[in-house]
Amino acid sequence: MELVIFALAALGAVAGGVGIIASRSPVRSALSLLLVLGCLAALSLLLAAQFIAALQIIIYAGAIVILFLFVVMLLHARSGETAPNRLGWLTPAGIVLGGLLLAGLLGTVWARDGGGVASVGAEFGTAEAVGQMLFTTFMLPFEAASVLLLVGIIAAVIIGRPEPASPTATGTPRRGVEARKR
Amino acid sequence: MLLALIIAFPLAGWLILGVVGGRLPRRVIGILASGTVALAFVASVAASRHPAVSAGGLTAPLFSWIAAGALTVPAGLLMDRLSSLMALVVTGVGFLIHVYSIGYMADDRSYARYFAYLNLFIASMLLLVLGSNLLVLFVGWELVGLCSYLLIGFWFDRERAAQAGRKAFVVNRIGDAGFLLGILLLATSTGTLELGRIGSLASQMAPGVLTAVTLLLFVGATGKSAQLPLYVWLPDAMEGPTPVSALIHAATMVTAGVYMIARLHPLFLAAPLTLSVVAGVGAATAFFAATVALVQWDLKRVLAYSTISQLGYMFVAMGVVAMPAGMFHLTTHAFFKALLFLAAGSVMHAMGGVIDMRQLGGLAGAMRWTAFGFVIGALALAGIPPFAGFFSKDLILEAAFTSAQHGGSWLVWVAGLATAFVTAVYVTRAAILTFLPPAAHHGHPHEAPPTMRWPMAALAVLSVGGGALGAQAVGAPLLHSLDRFFATAPATESAPAVLLTMIPVAIGALGMVMGVFLYRGRREVTLGAVGRFFERQWYVERVYDAAILAPARALAQFCADVIETRGIDGAVNGVAALVVRAGGTLRRAQTGFVRSYAAAILAGTIVVLGYWLLR
Amino acid sequence: MTVPIGAYLALGALLFVLGIAGVLLRRSALIVFMSIELMLNAVNLTFVAFARQLGRLEGQVAVFFVLVVAAVEVVVGLAIIIAIFRTRATVDLDDVDLLRG
Repeated sequence: MELVIFALAALGAVAGGVGIIASRSPVRSALSLLLVLGCLAALSLLLAAQFIAALQIIIYAGAIVILFLFVVMLLHARSGETAPNRLGWLTPAGIVLGGLLLAGLLGTVWARDGGGVASVGAEFGTAEAVGQMLFTTFMLPFEAASVLLLVGIIAAVIIGRPEPASPTATGTPRRGVEARKR
Repeated sequence: MLLALIIAFPLAGWLILGVVGGRLPRRVIGILASGTVALAFVASVAASRHPAVSAGGLTAPLFSWIAAGALTVPAGLLMDRLSSLMALVVTGVGFLIHVYSIGYMADDRSYARYFAYLNLFIASMLLLVLGSNLLVLFVGWELVGLCSYLLIGFWFDRERAAQAGRKAFVVNRIGDAGFLLGILLLATSTGTLELGRIGSLASQMAPGVLTAVTLLLFVGATGKSAQLPLYVWLPDAMEGPTPVSALIHAATMVTAGVYMIARLHPLFLAAPLTLSVVAGVGAATAFFAATVALVQWDLKRVLAYSTISQLGYMFVAMGVVAMPAGMFHLTTHAFFKALLFLAAGSVMHAMGGVIDMRQLGGLAGAMRWTAFGFVIGALALAGIPPFAGFFSKDLILEAAFTSAQHGGSWLVWVAGLATAFVTAVYVTRAAILTFLPPAAHHGHPHEAPPTMRWPMAALAVLSVGGGALGAQAVGAPLLHSLDRFFATAPATESAPAVLLTMIPVAIGALGMVMGVFLYRGRREVTLGAVGRFFERQWYVERVYDAAILAPARALAQFCADVIETRGIDGAVNGVAALVVRAGGTLRRAQTGFVRSYAAAILAGTIVVLGYWLLR
Repeated sequence: MTVPIGAYLALGALLFVLGIAGVLLRRSALIVFMSIELMLNAVNLTFVAFARQLGRLEGQVAVFFVLVVAAVEVVVGLAIIIAIFRTRATVDLDDVDLLRG
């Protein structure tokens, strides 16, 4: 039973991953990302991480992917890959490098696998257990994370504001620099 | 405590004048500056009456200055018979010249600055004289050099004065470098610089080292005391105000070299080679400077060369181991040469700054005090009894004679006699050209104000009576005191003393007669080719120009044209060009494409991962 | 436990490399961004797997923090993409090369 679930979820995750990077339309990519996230949530459940699985669904699927879709809509779904690729060498290089990395990682997993799996109780990975740890041992990083979120909100507001319509705004001189360099 | 007070008074005067002097009324400035020096004089008198002064020395430790490894140098003051004499001369003559300056500088713009420098000089000179070890002495030595520089260039808006100040400073640096080397060598070879312990150290040192130390110290003395070959700065120093010439460049600072040798006499006594060098340089300088003085037209320059010449006498005294006589001559010279300079200053004051003797003459009528003072100074300089210079110069010549009898060089004695003759001639010439008619000017000279007259009168009295300090007839109190300090045999006991005394006196008198004969009626005698030779300073300066200045200029030119432009600029430009080229090459790596950066990150990750896996 | 931990790790590695391929090969800023999210999730999976293997919750806590950082990153990153689009009318990463030397 577990094996079947794993196989299905893993297959879904890989298919979603390929979908993200291979699809022409950003909307399809976003939906593929949603598929990956769902599958990973299922895998998390298999690994006794109920709380993480819930977070995965709520935050990633519920918030982040929606944000992606929102931006895609805002930008009229233009992928922008219209000009000819100026980094032609990157395709073979990326494939070779990615292959190397995959080989290294898989080799490591292959070589180092074999450790036993610890037996855990029923409360392992529940929201209560993770929360207990967050609010005791990781209290300070937790608070720091909240500050980070606040900073992120402020940054997004600042960046997202429409630019002031002054001639010294960043846009004009940038183009000037660019023109001169070319 | 008393010793520190001696220095503290003029130092306080300097501080006050330097900080708020510009806002004080002139009257207050003059009184303040003279008053501090007078107080220092009183304190010196009081300190010199302390019984410890005659019994080895009164000391006043101040603080521990240097404590580095084996070398410890406490800063302290020391007053013994030698330094008490010097302190009295410095503060006494210094006070008179301060008073004189009140009148002389009355119309100057920088009144407060002048007196601030002068007070600083007195304080520095006292530090030099009273320092209890060589390093403190050296600090004073450098400080008086600084004051000398500041005061020579006092009228710094005059090109010549500024250049003269620089020249004095640079030439003194040469001597001071030797002096400092000597001090360092002494410190490394003995481990102490305390003046109180120098005496016992001479026997411990290797003869070669001792000779090197004393010769290096003597190099310092030739710089400060304007002896051959470093005399060149003193004539130019006459660009400063005349009271400064009297105080610094005649009476006190330039005698520092003599004082230093007297101070360290145990070392010099143990180095016979150095002693003969000192005597030789002294004699050569004495004769050389006297001949140059003979053909100068600038009255102050005559006196400047005369000072160099008389300092040569003092070094002769040191060289022939007649330290008491040398110090005695130092004292009397301070009196009569200061008097001569003050008289010259009075002439300048009256004539609106004219000092060329060809444009003077006939001043005796209008300036009786000044003329009288100058004549007394001239007689003392010429060594005519009973004026002060006679006693001291005579003692030195006697000592030179005795030294020659005991294996020294007769040349020293002969040079001394020849110098005495030339001295008498040139001082007579100066007196005649300046004061006797016919006048070569159409001005209306006026006698100096009282503040200038009275210091001259006091110095005139000292120039007449100062000889009594060393006259055997009245017991020679100063000589006795110094004899005990230097532990030398009392001089002038030998049989031919009377005859020996007659020779210089006769020569001096002959010189004066000769001078009167030569320059009667203010004739401008040039002495022909010999005169030109003298006037060009025996071509010493020209040799310096050719041997030192020209190569130095060429070297500087080489540095500027080749080393600077090709070497240093080339290196700078080369480095810059290298950076530019390297940047031009490396900038291609910065494609600006995020994806290529990401690829680079990935490659780096793989390398690190590979390292960890294959380790 | 019939599925070995190694299988989860291998899956994580595969997803990670897929994400890298997306970053390297795609030029659309949005898709590159999604690929980065994919890589983060691959790492998350690895964390959870190790947490399970070791029986310790620290791995899951780490995933929590990764989630927080990812959220912030998406917010700021998307804001930047919108700002770029507003000034240059493109989301092609190769058109944004002002840092070119």
